[in-house]
Amino acid sequence: MSIRERLSGNEAVAFAMRQINPDVMSAFPITPSTEIPYFFSTCIANGEVDTEFIPVESEHSALSAAIGAQAAGARSVTATSSCGLALMWEMLYVAASNRLPIALALVNRALSGPININCDHSDSMGARDSGWIQIYSENNQEVYDNFVQAYRIAEHPSVRLPIMICQDGFITSNAVENIELLEDGEVKDFVGEYCPENYLLNSSQPQSIGPYAVAAYYMEAKRAQLEALKNAKQVALDVAREFAGLSGREYGLFEEYRLADADYAMVIIGSAAGTSKDAIDQLRAEGQKVGLLKIRLFRPFPGEEIAAALKNARVIACMDRTESFSTQCGPLGAEVKSALFSAGLAPVVINYVYGIGGRDVAVENIASVYADLIKIDQTNDAGEKYRYLSLRD
Amino acid sequence: MATEATKITETISWTDITEGCKVEASGNSKLFNTGEWRVDTPLFIAEKCTQCLLCAPVCPDSSIPVNNYKRADFDLDHCKGCGICAKVCPAGAIEMKMGER
Repeated sequence: MSIRERLSGNEAVAFAMRQINPDVMSAFPITPSTEIPYFFSTCIANGEVDTEFIPVESEHSALSAAIGAQAAGARSVTATSSCGLALMWEMLYVAASNRLPIALALVNRALSGPININCDHSDSMGARDSGWIQIYSENNQEVYDNFVQAYRIAEHPSVRLPIMICQDGFITSNAVENIELLEDGEVKDFVGEYCPENYLLNSSQPQSIGPYAVAAYYMEAKRAQLEALKNAKQVALDVAREFAGLSGREYGLFEEYRLADADYAMVIIGSAAGTSKDAIDQLRAEGQKVGLLKIRLFRPFPGEEIAAALKNARVIACMDRTESFSTQCGPLGAEVKSALFSAGLAPVVINYVYGIGGRDVAVENIASVYADLIKIDQTNDAGEKYRYLSLRD
Repeated sequence: MATEATKITETISWTDITEGCKVEASGNSKLFNTGEWRVDTPLFIAEKCTQCLLCAPVCPDSSIPVNNYKRADFDLDHCKGCGICAKVCPAGAIEMKMGER
């Protein structure tokens, strides 16, 4: 039986954590993710879980403690945002390369500067090459569902990599929505016990984790790490299928919305996908063939599948909620264009930077993007291919 | 099952290497021949040695084996040639051969 509730995105994550009952949480507060350790440590104080909470003096320490705990054999969790993730930087790579399936609840927020506490994806997009699995959520329901699935993907023997479950700061993290929750027992059974093959506190099989690897070993270790991340794609699908059987809610590598026959496609990540769906419904009612591809799994990037899903689109808008200072495209734009090129496809791709630093994204803003795409198709003139949406001239 | 520590060598393929190069064993630093790094080599002159044993505890790589309160010749598989032993030896029983492996 599902439970009908209304929760903020942060509450939804903390609720999932309570149901999962991880062994260790180490966290340091930062807006807008502070509520996650705040709510969850209340569960710990009330004796609802037997998680050990490690208060730390920084995010570098938060992830370091989670790494130590996970290596010791504990299922570990942390949460952060923005500059907190930036301060974890060094340890992100340590967690991934040592193949420690830690779960991190990331509430996306702009990186300084100018200092800004609102939503964009500059924090997690900067960490995209650290070797973590990255899953993005559109709404509170997806945040909860993705977090419940997180450890099953991360801990799979063919994967064993840390996982970041991302949601949009304030937009989902602090907004309350209707939500369907699973029963505690259902989540417990679905996630299961953490039983690592070996761990540092296993006195019957001593091991050393994190040794120095000279040039003769480093490349082999990295190639093996890549294989594990590649494996995460199929595991994410398998776990989603099992989750659908439990919850009735289906997830894939990405979501297609009215995309199959769309001439004009948008690729987007996170909460703005909901706004885009509204814009699409309006434009479809006017007879425009517009559609959406919403990324769920960004690392590993399902390039072949995305190229196949976009093969009929005449003009594509890639929506980046970050500025990566490449000067030719954002990270999503680069990935999508690379996937299309590898598949031998050459549609016109316009890359938009939108919503950074919490700039509002309204239905009319998204509609204006589709209007741009249609005009480009009609005039055969792409113009500037790297644009800012809703920027004051 | 993880690959045995002794099989992690410079010929191992990426499909066999352990996750993050983790070592599923303990007390295995002997497998790592730090002696390969050596530039200068200590020479043990047994007839000058008084067995005062000042040298053994200052060796950073435990490369001076001691049995029954007597030191033996150097373990050159692990000696990095730092020369600390020669510095502390009051009897002139350790001579550094500069530039010799």
